[in-house]
Amino acid sequence: MDKLRCGFFKFTGCAGCQMEILRLEEELPRLLELIEIAYWPMVTTKEWEGDLDFAFVEGSVSTPRELREIKEIRERSKVVVAFGECAVTGCIPSIRNFMTQREAEKGVYAHPVWIDSIGLRGISEYVDVDVSVPGCPPHRNTVLEVFKGAVLGRAPNLRRHSVCMECKLKDNGCLLTDEGRPCMGPVINAGCGALCPSLGRVCEGCYGPMSAANASSHAQILMEAGLSEDDVKRKFRKYAGWTPEFRREAE
Amino acid sequence: MTRNIKVDYISRVEGQGGIDLWVSPDGELRDVKVRVFEPPRFFEAFMVGRRYDELMELAARICGICPVSHEISALRAVEDAMGLEVSEATRRVRKLLAMSAIISSHILSVYFLTAPDYFGCRDLIEVAREHGELLKRGLKLKKLGNDLTQLIGGKSVHPVTAVVQRFTNTISKVDADAMRRRFIEAKGDALETVALFGEVEVPKFVRECEHVALSRTDGYPFNEGDLASTGGIHVPQREYRRYIEETQVPYSTAKHSNVKGCSSFLVGPLARVNLNFDKLSRDARDAAKSVGFRAPDFNPFHSPLARAIEVVHCIDECAEILKTMPYSEEGAPIKVRRGDGFAITEAPRGVNYHHYTLNRSGIVTRADIVPPTCQNYRNMEMDLWGLVPKMLDLPDGAIAHRCEMLIRAYDPCISCSVHAINIHEVK
Repeated sequence: MDKLRCGFFKFTGCAGCQMEILRLEEELPRLLELIEIAYWPMVTTKEWEGDLDFAFVEGSVSTPRELREIKEIRERSKVVVAFGECAVTGCIPSIRNFMTQREAEKGVYAHPVWIDSIGLRGISEYVDVDVSVPGCPPHRNTVLEVFKGAVLGRAPNLRRHSVCMECKLKDNGCLLTDEGRPCMGPVINAGCGALCPSLGRVCEGCYGPMSAANASSHAQILMEAGLSEDDVKRKFRKYAGWTPEFRREAE
Repeated sequence: MTRNIKVDYISRVEGQGGIDLWVSPDGELRDVKVRVFEPPRFFEAFMVGRRYDELMELAARICGICPVSHEISALRAVEDAMGLEVSEATRRVRKLLAMSAIISSHILSVYFLTAPDYFGCRDLIEVAREHGELLKRGLKLKKLGNDLTQLIGGKSVHPVTAVVQRFTNTISKVDADAMRRRFIEAKGDALETVALFGEVEVPKFVRECEHVALSRTDGYPFNEGDLASTGGIHVPQREYRRYIEETQVPYSTAKHSNVKGCSSFLVGPLARVNLNFDKLSRDARDAAKSVGFRAPDFNPFHSPLARAIEVVHCIDECAEILKTMPYSEEGAPIKVRRGDGFAITEAPRGVNYHHYTLNRSGIVTRADIVPPTCQNYRNMEMDLWGLVPKMLDLPDGAIAHRCEMLIRAYDPCISCSVHAINIHEVK
């Protein structure tokens, strides 16, 4: 079998998702027998040549340069993977979409004219995406499943149900109904293994909205748990405020 | 004709930047630019209006390699603003967390990003074809740091258990003991790393510039200490802005820093080791001496060696702290208060300054963050001004490669540095 030619691209983001790939310390040597790193500037000085089987894109599109690049990546790759929450929903930096571009630039830079920045979007805003991998960053099990799918030539089995399911599987007590704490679990994609609720923190939503999330009803529940209207808005305007699922509650 | 030597996209660093050199027809270096085209993310703009108890979570996302340092800076700044006391137990676990992240970041830097240059390879995977043990050792040490971060924080990128005044989870004695044994076993690998980076041939380039780092009398500093420099600064953390100034330049989305009234300066492992050599563990000091390291050392190409030395220290100190685990964690109920809070931690790449103004409901009204790498850009350019003229008879490609090596020695974290530019001077 020929090795899969993979490219890893950094857009507007923190590099944490790439780090999560390098976190596969034990699997990496064997994984490298199956995939070829054709392009990955953080890891190798190889230039990008030829077409790719898989393009893993970390980060959002937020400059005209990135807009051009994402289209080129689409054209030169068989499969485009939106890898991690920034590439899928815009993640935490998307909070600034709720300000005008001028506000953000003027509030921050002494010379806004030197800045070349546009509204921040997940990459599916501009190109067809074949696989969307949620998570800030995706959990290592999610990362492994994505590579497994790639090597076997099938779509990865990603969870589209809520974090609550994973909490139940772990036998956790419910932070929301038992303790009245403002957990986002009921509307958030699983995949993390209910990490935060298992460690004494409410889910903040870093895997983005689950399939068919009922955000308005959950906003009501959070208010009943004692959050103010502003606090509820902040909860939804965090990792995925710009998505159609959460937008209304985030605004 | 003017000679323009370029690196369009510096590889094997975190983030997006390039180098431009211009040489006049008569062979004189005329301009040096480290260009940063990493897109800005406007953190300080959108942090305004957010709650005090989510700042560490937002700040972590500034950087996927040093999230821990941003978390701890944000937490300590909030605690400073509200006048909250933090228990000795929490401070010790925070130091453990910080050191775990220093280990994994340093190992990533020296093995994956730096080492290929010394073996004439494009990446560590190519190096491993002849020196398989390097890839193995690199992955093993990186995993050690990452696993400790995960043990404390639930995951290694953007860990979740560190909150205002406490941790939400405690480590069991069994886990702490097992981890401690792994740290003790890893010591040999860490010492081999010092030997490796003490042996490799680096350019003999010495440029004496001001080195800035935290410094404290009772231990090696990561989360606490005064701001100090080889130029004689020694002040509390909150006075950072009185000594360091920033300017925006048109060719970079990251700002440049100077010590007020003086020149550029260096932050990071070399500055830390230089300013705190006598606070390193004995084995770290001995390892440093055995490869001929003498503090203060002003060769920026020795930064990878300084990283290797710090890894030995961190392994020693982590093992010490793990011996005394677990701690019982209790945080007093938090009384929200208005105020200004300042904190500096030592990220793997150096001084990481956070300042927040909170209103009486604990909502941010102003945020000012200076991660390490933007403090280093000006100094990188000053180093290039010193380095390049000595090698102008080399072909363009060779010069470009040397320049890239210098930038890699700094281990810039470019995303971090372009999180946003502070509003400080604008208002």
